[in-house]
Amino acid sequence: MSAALKASKAHKRRLTLLGKGLSYLVLTLAGFTFLLPLAWMLSTSLKPKGAVFAYPPQWIPTAIRTPATSRHGEPVRKLDVHWDNYPKAWNALRLRRPWLAIDLQFRIPLGDRALQIGPVHFGGFHLRSAFTAFYLNSIIVAVCVTVGQVFTSSLAAYAFARLRFPGRDKLFLGYLGTLMVPYVVTMIPVFILLRLMHLVDTYAALILPAMFSAYGTFMLRQFFLTIPTELEDAARIDGCGKWGIYANVILPLSKPALATLTTFVFLNNWNSFMWPLIVISSPEKRTLPLGLYAFMGQYGTEWTLLMAASLMVLLPVLIVFLLGQRYFVRGIVLSGLKG
Amino acid sequence: MPDAHTPTAAPGSTCPHCRRPVAHGVRECRFCGADLELRPRAGAPHGLRARVRDLRDAYAFITPNALGFLAFTLLPVLAALVLSFTDWDAVRPLTSWREVRALWVGGSHYADILGFHRDESGALKPNDERFWQYAYNTAFLMLGIPIGMVLSLLAALLLNQKLRGVVLFRTVFFLPSICAAVAVAMLWRWLYNPEFGLINDVLRALHLVTPGSGGLLNAPLEAVGLKQPGEPLKWLTHVSLAKPALILMGLWAAIGGQNCILYLAGLQGIPQEFYEAAEIDGAGWWHKLRYITWPMLAPTTFFILVMSIIYGFQSGFVGIHMLTRGGPAGATTNLLYYIYTEAFESFKMGRAAALSMILFVIVFTLTLLNWKFGRKGAEYA
Repeated sequence: MSAALKASKAHKRRLTLLGKGLSYLVLTLAGFTFLLPLAWMLSTSLKPKGAVFAYPPQWIPTAIRTPATSRHGEPVRKLDVHWDNYPKAWNALRLRRPWLAIDLQFRIPLGDRALQIGPVHFGGFHLRSAFTAFYLNSIIVAVCVTVGQVFTSSLAAYAFARLRFPGRDKLFLGYLGTLMVPYVVTMIPVFILLRLMHLVDTYAALILPAMFSAYGTFMLRQFFLTIPTELEDAARIDGCGKWGIYANVILPLSKPALATLTTFVFLNNWNSFMWPLIVISSPEKRTLPLGLYAFMGQYGTEWTLLMAASLMVLLPVLIVFLLGQRYFVRGIVLSGLKG
Repeated sequence: MPDAHTPTAAPGSTCPHCRRPVAHGVRECRFCGADLELRPRAGAPHGLRARVRDLRDAYAFITPNALGFLAFTLLPVLAALVLSFTDWDAVRPLTSWREVRALWVGGSHYADILGFHRDESGALKPNDERFWQYAYNTAFLMLGIPIGMVLSLLAALLLNQKLRGVVLFRTVFFLPSICAAVAVAMLWRWLYNPEFGLINDVLRALHLVTPGSGGLLNAPLEAVGLKQPGEPLKWLTHVSLAKPALILMGLWAAIGGQNCILYLAGLQGIPQEFYEAAEIDGAGWWHKLRYITWPMLAPTTFFILVMSIIYGFQSGFVGIHMLTRGGPAGATTNLLYYIYTEAFESFKMGRAAALSMILFVIVFTLTLLNWKFGRKGAEYA
């Protein structure tokens, strides 16, 4: 009996060992499939211009360095890694107009008088490379959108989760309802609205519509509901008002949810392409994805430069992802299971 | 100050909103989310001033978001509906009702898009053949969804094992899905390059498909017209290859992403005892997968399927715009891209708005189906 049990256990162990080996094999193969294109991107971005046309494909091309010869008089072949593709790509696009130049003059007629804003004039900065501007634009827009959306969403979420006011549940249901409105539906009217406000081709056109989100409100509300009310009661006894509770109790306790929303919003905005394509026309106001697209338009077959530029676009995303991976994954689970 | 509110839910009561039974003492209905709390208890210190202050605070919290919500979501939806009945060209002024009325065309956009007419021979022809072609394209491009779901599930099953270094694999699998779509599209443009792209190079190195003679698959591919003799595979410019090419790119980016993580979360929610009980009954891995894992994941699967379809109607823009621009011959234009070109390249804003409303109705219907049937699935789990 005991021997039979032992034998069956050993059999089982062997089986699991086999299973483990098989799992590792499949995982490695799949991992390679996912990484290969990205590795090819890196490889292409470091090649000399002509090497991309070589067949069979070379991962790291070697080149003959003519002055050096080996002891036997043969030419020395060295790895031919072209780091200079990156500065080349970075400096390939130039800006004709200064970056961040402001020329604002606004007259709003109010009956017999008029509200005059400006003229505000600021010469802007002369940047050598357009990519610098793209990067800065992307950072400005993504940071503004993220801060704005997390702030307004958390305020509204607190109201929906904890405060009592007439029409609260109806309004919340309205919020939920718009989660299913495809963004193409609102795209055209929002474009018209921005045009009426003379905001097309400004940062505001990128920031304002993205600053308010039903999704963020919904996610944070669900999280706030899980915070025990006893903590708030305690704060209330200590003399905290609603704002005090929001700032000193709710927000500090919601750090994981806020971090999740922040990572989510930031990455989404950083990668966003369609909306900037619609509202931005000035080269100096392009965000990175738009800049990369414009770069493709001008250097359509310079694959080494295109891949270098693409990697420069990906790099910040990869860093944010590796830092905030935990929160990102949690965001998906939260939105998925409760949406 | 003690809490002036008491939970309504007395033992054995039902939700006033959806009439489903609710547990004793809860504050919120778990089915419809309705608020179950009563008004303040009689005698609670809640005077008029306190109430006004409460209201003021509540509106202060809600206003920033609600204003933006109103301006950039709710009103635009209504505006899109109005716009879809006009013939606005993005140039003429459109700020007053009179101007709207001047451009009013009624439901003719809808008739033009969805309607049919008889041609000279009496055969029924769609008014807008492109719409139906692009609807077909949209459906075709969604073929990637079931394939992707199966692969995502497989990936999740692999990643759910207690193996050393599995976190590293999870990161690697997830990596493509967070890459900027523009950069991904650029990369695949390069991979799909007919002369020098890696994909054709690999096919050539494996002697599967070669530009000249010698490829094992050359003859069958040429027989069905996917390849011309003496030419490489033209992934992005061949009418029948462009859609699969886009699907493949989407699969690469999506398999390890969101769906895989949802499946992982689903897998981790299955109680381990189920498997232990099945093992005692002598179940093998297939039986465990078939009779425990798969049914337990049914709600997740349903959720992913519906969300993917809803998302499928609204995605793919970057890939299409950067790889094929909707071509060749409209073979990769989906409805989203159609709306984009109508609105922002042809400036037929009214028509584009009508198209977007049609898309809205489709997505809305699917969402309702999800809510109706998805809940059943969730209860089943």
